[in-house]
Amino acid sequence: MSQKNRLASGGRIDRSKPLRFKYNGREYQGYQGDTLASALLANGVDVIGRSFKYSRPRGIVAAGAEEPNAVLQLGATEATQVPNVRATQQELFGGLVSSATNGWPNADMDLMSYVGKVGGRMMPPGFYYKTFMYPQSMWETYEKFIRKAAGLGRSPLENDPDTYDKINHHCDVMIVGAGPAGLAAALVAARSGARVILADEQNEFGGSLLHSREKINGRPAANWVAETVAELEKHPEVLLLPRSTVNGYHDHNFLTIHQRCTDHVADQAPKGQVRQRMHRVRANWVVLATGAHERPLVYGNNDVPGCMVASAVSTYINRYGVVPGNELVLMTTNDYAYQTALDWADAGRKVVAIVDTRQNPKGARIEEARKRGLNVITGSAVIEVQGSKRVSGVSVAPIDARGDKVTGSVQRLSCDTVASSGGWSPVIHLSCHTGSRPEWRDDIIGFVPGKTVQRQLTAGGINGTYSLRKVLEEGARTGAQAAESAGFADAAKGIALPLSEEVQEGPAMALFHIPHTKPTARAPKQFVDFQNDVTASGIELATREGFESIEHVKRYTAMGFGTDQGKLGNINGMAIAAKSLNQTIPQTGTTIFRPNYTPITFGAIAGRDCGELFDVKRYSAMHRWHVEHGALFEDVGNWKRPWYFPKAGESMQDALDRECKATRESVGILDASTLGKIDIQGKDAREFLARVYTNAWAKLGVGKCRYGLMCGEDGMVFDDGVTSCLAENHFLMTTTTGGAARVLEWLELYHQTEWPEMEVYFNTVTDQWATMTISGPNSRKLLAELTDIDLDGDSFKFMDWRQGKVAGVPARVFRISFTGELSYEINVQANYGLYVWEKLFEHGAKFNLTPYGTETMHVLRAEKGFIIAGQDTDGSVTPIDLGMSWCVSNNKPFSYIGKRGMAREDCNRPNRKQLVGLKAKDPKKVIPEGSQAVDDPKQPLPMKMLGHVTSSYYSANLGHSIAMGMIRDGHNRMGETVYYPQADGSVIEAEICSPIFLDPKGERQNV
Amino acid sequence: MQHYSGFGLLKHALSYHENWQRVWRNPTPKKKYDVIIVGGGGHGLATAYYLAKEHGITNVAVIEKGYLGGGNTARNTTIVRSNYLWDEAAHLYEHAMKLWEGLSQDLNYNVMFSQRGVLNLGHTLQDMRDIQRRVNANRLNGIDGEVLDTKGVQEIVPMMDCSANTRYPVLGASWQPRAGVARHDAVAWGFARAADSYGVDLIQQTEVVDMIIEDGAIVGVKTNRHGDIKADRVGCVVAGNSGVLANMAGFELPLESHPLQALVSEPIKPILDTVVMSNHVHGYVSQSDKGDLVIGAGIDGYNGYGQRGSYPTIEHTVAAIIELFPIFSRVRMNRQWGGIVDTCPDACPIISATPVENLFFNCGWGTGGFKATPGSGNVFAATLAKGEAHPLAKPFSMFRFYDGSLIDEHGAAGVAH
Amino acid sequence: MFYIYCPHCGEHREEEEFHAKGQAHIARPADPDSCSDKEWGEYLYFRKNPRGLHHEMWVHAAGCRKFFNVTRDTVSYEIKEVYKIGERPSVVAAGN
Repeated sequence: MSQKNRLASGGRIDRSKPLRFKYNGREYQGYQGDTLASALLANGVDVIGRSFKYSRPRGIVAAGAEEPNAVLQLGATEATQVPNVRATQQELFGGLVSSATNGWPNADMDLMSYVGKVGGRMMPPGFYYKTFMYPQSMWETYEKFIRKAAGLGRSPLENDPDTYDKINHHCDVMIVGAGPAGLAAALVAARSGARVILADEQNEFGGSLLHSREKINGRPAANWVAETVAELEKHPEVLLLPRSTVNGYHDHNFLTIHQRCTDHVADQAPKGQVRQRMHRVRANWVVLATGAHERPLVYGNNDVPGCMVASAVSTYINRYGVVPGNELVLMTTNDYAYQTALDWADAGRKVVAIVDTRQNPKGARIEEARKRGLNVITGSAVIEVQGSKRVSGVSVAPIDARGDKVTGSVQRLSCDTVASSGGWSPVIHLSCHTGSRPEWRDDIIGFVPGKTVQRQLTAGGINGTYSLRKVLEEGARTGAQAAESAGFADAAKGIALPLSEEVQEGPAMALFHIPHTKPTARAPKQFVDFQNDVTASGIELATREGFESIEHVKRYTAMGFGTDQGKLGNINGMAIAAKSLNQTIPQTGTTIFRPNYTPITFGAIAGRDCGELFDVKRYSAMHRWHVEHGALFEDVGNWKRPWYFPKAGESMQDALDRECKATRESVGILDASTLGKIDIQGKDAREFLARVYTNAWAKLGVGKCRYGLMCGEDGMVFDDGVTSCLAENHFLMTTTTGGAARVLEWLELYHQTEWPEMEVYFNTVTDQWATMTISGPNSRKLLAELTDIDLDGDSFKFMDWRQGKVAGVPARVFRISFTGELSYEINVQANYGLYVWEKLFEHGAKFNLTPYGTETMHVLRAEKGFIIAGQDTDGSVTPIDLGMSWCVSNNKPFSYIGKRGMAREDCNRPNRKQLVGLKAKDPKKVIPEGSQAVDDPKQPLPMKMLGHVTSSYYSANLGHSIAMGMIRDGHNRMGETVYYPQADGSVIEAEICSPIFLDPKGERQNV
Repeated sequence: MQHYSGFGLLKHALSYHENWQRVWRNPTPKKKYDVIIVGGGGHGLATAYYLAKEHGITNVAVIEKGYLGGGNTARNTTIVRSNYLWDEAAHLYEHAMKLWEGLSQDLNYNVMFSQRGVLNLGHTLQDMRDIQRRVNANRLNGIDGEVLDTKGVQEIVPMMDCSANTRYPVLGASWQPRAGVARHDAVAWGFARAADSYGVDLIQQTEVVDMIIEDGAIVGVKTNRHGDIKADRVGCVVAGNSGVLANMAGFELPLESHPLQALVSEPIKPILDTVVMSNHVHGYVSQSDKGDLVIGAGIDGYNGYGQRGSYPTIEHTVAAIIELFPIFSRVRMNRQWGGIVDTCPDACPIISATPVENLFFNCGWGTGGFKATPGSGNVFAATLAKGEAHPLAKPFSMFRFYDGSLIDEHGAAGVAH
Repeated sequence: MFYIYCPHCGEHREEEEFHAKGQAHIARPADPDSCSDKEWGEYLYFRKNPRGLHHEMWVHAAGCRKFFNVTRDTVSYEIKEVYKIGERPSVVAAGN
C-alpha cells in the first residue's frame, strides 16, 4: 500500500525525504514533516486500536493533543519502549517502530470485539460496582481478568538508556502557544526589550496558521509566521521553545515546560544529547494563547473509523497533503467548519453533503459552498453511521430547531468519512491549574478562564476569540500589556498590526448530542469519551441513577479520565448531563483541569536526580582510606559511614568480635567526623545552653566537656551530645549525625523568635573538622607518640579537652568516651584529616590499632548502657524513662525546654515504659532488635506487650549477649523475667537488669 | 434497596438499563434529626450507615457542602493496611480491616477491596529495626505481617531495583498480605446507598455555615441552603475543614491542614500487583485495575486549602519512584492532584467529645484516613449513639493533647501512609 | 511552588530554599511552670489553621537561616506581606 491518500502537492511535508517506518509489524512510508498519524492516514490505515471496554475498532479522529484514539506503543528496542504515544503528536522519523496497544491477535482483527458486541450491553457505566461480589473470595480472580483487559501500552522492562535535564529560567513575559495570538504577543513584547519565552507543543510555530488558507497582509499566513519567527530569533532576550509543552501552571507564576529534544529524530537520543528537558520558569507575567479545540458532535456509531473532527480533516489536507478518505459528509453547527468541505473539494475528492444542524444558516463560507455546488442540507443531522472498520454511509434526518428530536424521515447517504464540528472549546487547562474556576459563556458556547490571582493574561482562542483579525489584535494588545506590566513602559509602540480579512459568519447553534429516532438508551452507541468508552446513554443512566453532580457523572462513567483528559468529550458530556437533569451547563458545574496538560515522561520530571544522584552523599575526609581498607558502609542521614571493616574470610560477627576485643584490649579507632558540630559564641551562650539542655551548664569551666540531653517542649528526648567550653563565651556543641541540621535550626528558632535579646551566635562546623576517636587502654600511649599535649591523667582528665598539635597539625583533643574506655577524640581541620589518620596508623601498628565502624561503636556503647538517640529513643521517651534523671536539673532558674512537658500528667503516671538492660537466659542467644516483651507468652492474641528491644548484640568482651529495651515499669522490675515471642514460634526468655554491663563504676575511662 | 447482582445486570441489559433505581434519594431536609453528620465523605457516610444498621438510629442527616465522597475520599491513593505500631492505632485499623473484608457483601456494592499485599520498604539499618519492632507488635496484636529481606522483597516485586547499586538500597520490608487497595469512589457510594436505604437523608450541595449552641450544648446547625436544622447530637467528619468547623463552635483543634499530592501515570498493562511504600525515599506506588500507576507524594510543609501543592514535591516523588523502579522512567505521568489533610501532631486521629456538649469530632486522620473508613465510621457511630467514646476510640480523645498521652505513630515508626 | 521574598536577604527566592514552620506569633509562656496541663497543651499543639488569611512563620533554611513571618491566603496561596519576627502584620482578616 503506497500512500494512497497522499496529495501530489501541497502541505508542509518534504516529499524529497521519504521515511520508512513500521506499524504493527508492517513497513510503510511517509515524509519528513509528517506526524505518525498523518503518515498512517496517508497509507490508508483506518484501524489504529481497539476500545478498551467494548473492543470496537477505532481510527484517528483529531490532529493534535486532543486525540483520544491514536495512542500507540513506540520503540524499536526493549529499553526504548514508550507506551501510549499520541500518533498525532509524534513526528515521523526513519526507522520508527510502532504498534497498536490493544486487540488480540491484532487491532484490525480483534477476537475480543465479539465479547464486546455480545457483552457490551452487560457493561453500562459502573457495572463492576454491581457485580463480581459473590462469593467474596472470587473478586481477586475476577480482578485479574479485568486488569488484563485494561491498560493501553506497556512499560519497558529494561532500564532507560536516555538522560534527562532540568533548566531554570526567569522571564518578564512567558507566552504559551505560538499560534497567531501568541506570535503577535511575542513580537510586541520582544520589541519592548522584555525577556520573553515563547513555547509551543508543536514542531513548528504558527498554530492554526500552519493549516489555514487565510491571508495576512494579503499573503499566505505562513509567510507572516516565517517573518515573525525570524524577527523573534534575532532578539537576544527571547527564548523560542518549539516541541515544548507547557504542562503545568503553578502558584506565583511558576510554569513547567516539557521539551522533547530528540523524540523527532529517533526513539533513543543521539549520543551526548538529552532526550527531554524540563524548563522550570518563574515568569513575571504570563500570556496564555493556547487556542481552542474543536468539539466533535455526539451521534450514533460516531466512533467508526472515518469519523473525524472537521478541523483535523483540514489539517491533514492542508498541512500534511493527506486526504483521509474519498467521500465526505460534513456535519456542522457553525460556519467555520464549512472550510473543511471546501478543502476536501479543493483536494479533488467528493463532498457528498454538508449537513448543517441549523434551520437557516447564513454566512460567507456557506455562500461559497453553495456557489461551488456543494450539497448543503440544513436543519438536519447525521444521526447514525454505518460501517464497522470504516464508515460506509450515514443516516441523515431533519431535526427540530433546538436539536432535541428527529422531525422527519431518515435518508441514507453513502460515504467513507464523516467530519463533524460542534464548535470550539477554549483550551483553558493551564488557567485551571492554579485553582481558578472557568466561566461559561453562552455567546461562544464554551468555558473561558475565570478570575485568577496570578499575573496572567489571555489572548485569542482561549478567550473564545476566533476570527483571525481579532485574534491578532488581541495577541498584540496582550503582549504589550504584559510587557508594560512587567516594566517595559513603551511596549505598545511595538504594535504593528498585521491585517487579515474579516470573514462574515452567522451564529452557531448550541448543539452537542444529536438526537436519534430511538431513545438514547436504545439507539446505536453515541460516544462522548472515546478512550474510556463513555456514551451518551451511559451519562444519562448515571444521572438517572442519582449521580447528579458533574463530578459524580465523570467518576461513575470515567469520562475525562483518559490520557486525553477529556479534551474532546468533557463539554459534550456536561451538556448531555445538563440536559438530562433539565438544567443549564453552568448549573451542572464546571470542568476543572489539573496538570499535566498532556502526559509527561517520569524521567524528565526527575531529570538527573536519580540513581547515584538521587540524594546527596556526604563523605568524611577519611572516606578514601575506608574504601581502600574494605569497609562496608551504612547510610546515616546523607552520610556514608563505615559500618565495619571485615578482613578476608571473616563473617560480620567475626569482624565485630575482633574490632570490639581489639578496642577493649589495646586500641581501636573510629571516624566520628559525621557527628554534628555547632560552634556557639556570645556572652549569653552559656545561659542559652542551660535553656536548651536538660542539665546544668552554669559551672562548666573552660577546657571542660559535658554530656547533655535535649528535649522538645513536650519533654521527649530528641537529641544528645557532648558540648565543650572552648572559652568563657565560646562552646562547641556536638549532635547526633542525623540530627545536626535539625538541632541547628531549632537553636536558631529559639534564639530568633523567643530570646532575641540574648547575644549568641550559631554556626555549623561539621564539615570543617575531621574527627577520629582512639579508644582503648593503649590510646594514651599511641597519642603520646604524636602530640605535644600533656596527656598525663592528672592534668588532662576525663571530660577535659586540650588544644595542641597532633602529627604536627593543630588539633583539639577531647578526652570523652562513648566506649567506656580511655578515649581521645582528635579534631583537626578536615583537610588534614586523612594525613593525621594515616599517621595514627603508622604509629598504631605496634598497638594493633584497629579501625572500627558504627556497628562496633554500637556494641561497645551498649556494653556501657549508653543510649543512641533515635535508636533507644523514639520521640515518646523522657529522660526519666531512660533512667537518666542524673542528666536533668530541676534547680536551674530558667524553665528549660522540656521541663514543663515532662511534668505533664501522662509523663508521670505509673507503668510507663522505661529503658532497662536485658540478659537472655541463654547467653549465646541475641534477642532480635524489635522483639516485643510479654509477661506470659502463652496468653491469647492480642497479647499485652511490655515494650520492645531497642539494641541487642553479642558481646565478645563479655562472652554473652546483651540488650537494652523498653519495659513497662522496668526500673522497678530488676531481676524479673520477661518473654520475647518470635515469628518462628520460639520464645526467648530474658532477665531485666541494669543496662550497664561492663565496668559499672566507670574506672576504665578514668585511668 | 434494589439488590445488585450479575443476574440483575443481565435483566437490566434486556431492558436497555432504563429501569435502574436511583442509588439514593435527593431529600428535602427535615426540621430536626436525632443525629446530624456534617461531611459526606467516606467516614461520614460510613458513620451514618453504622448508626442506622448497628444502633437503629435512622433519623439521621448527612450534610455535605459539595457532592458525596468528593473530598479526600476522591483524592487518595486507596491503600488499606492495618500494620500500625502502637496498640491503640493497630486495634483501630485492624477493626477497619476486618470490616473491609466483607464490606462489598455487606453493602451489596463492589468496593473492589483487593488484598494484594503491602510492602513497607526499609533502606537503612534503623528502618529495619523499626520494621522488626512494628511487625513483632503487629503479630502479637493478631495482625498479619512478616519481615522480608532483600531477596524476599525481590521475589514479590521482580520489577523493582533491589540491587546494591541504588543510592539507598532496599534492605528489606514489612509485608502485610491482607493489606491492599480498594476503589475509593465505590466506598463512598456504597455507604451512601446503604445508608439511604435505611432512611438516612443525604443532603448534598449544602454547607454548614454555623453551629447553634445553647448553654454549652449544640442543638443544631445553620446551613446556606436549608436554614437551621436541629439535632440532638452532631458529629463533624470534615477532614481538612475540621479546624474551620471547630472555630464555628468556639474552640481550636490540634490540627493543621496541609496539601497532600498524588499523581497517576498513563494506564499501562499490569506490571505491579502489590503496593510498594517507601518512607525513606518518600514514595509509594500501586497499579490500579485500569492500569494507572497510582503514586502518592509527601505532604507539603505549609497550611493549604487549595487542593494543590508545590511542584518540587512532585519532582521528588517521581525521582523516588524511578529510584525504586528505573524501568518506569519512560512511562509518563498523566495527572496530579491534591487533597487537604488534617494532620495531628502524633499522626493519629481524633475521635472525640469536644468542649461543646453533644458535639463530637472525627478528624485528624492526616494522610491515612481512607484505610480506616469503615472502622472510623463504625466506632464514631457507636460514639454518637451512646454519647461516649467507643472503647477503640477512647485513646483518640482530643484531650490527650493536654495530659500528654499521645500515640506517637509519627516519631515511633515514621511510616508513610 | 511559592516565590517568597526574604526580608533579610531582600530578594525573592524559590520555595525550595525555605521551610514552613507553622503558625506565627505563638509566644512561649513566660512562666511555663505555672501553666496548667491544658494551657501547656494549647501552647504545644492547638493551632488556628484558618481557611483564608494566615500568619505563618518560614525560615530561609538554605539561605540566611533567618526566621520571618508571612501573611498568606491558604486558599489562593497569595502572599500578602512578609515581615520580620517581632513585627506585627499589617494585613489581617476581618474580625481579628
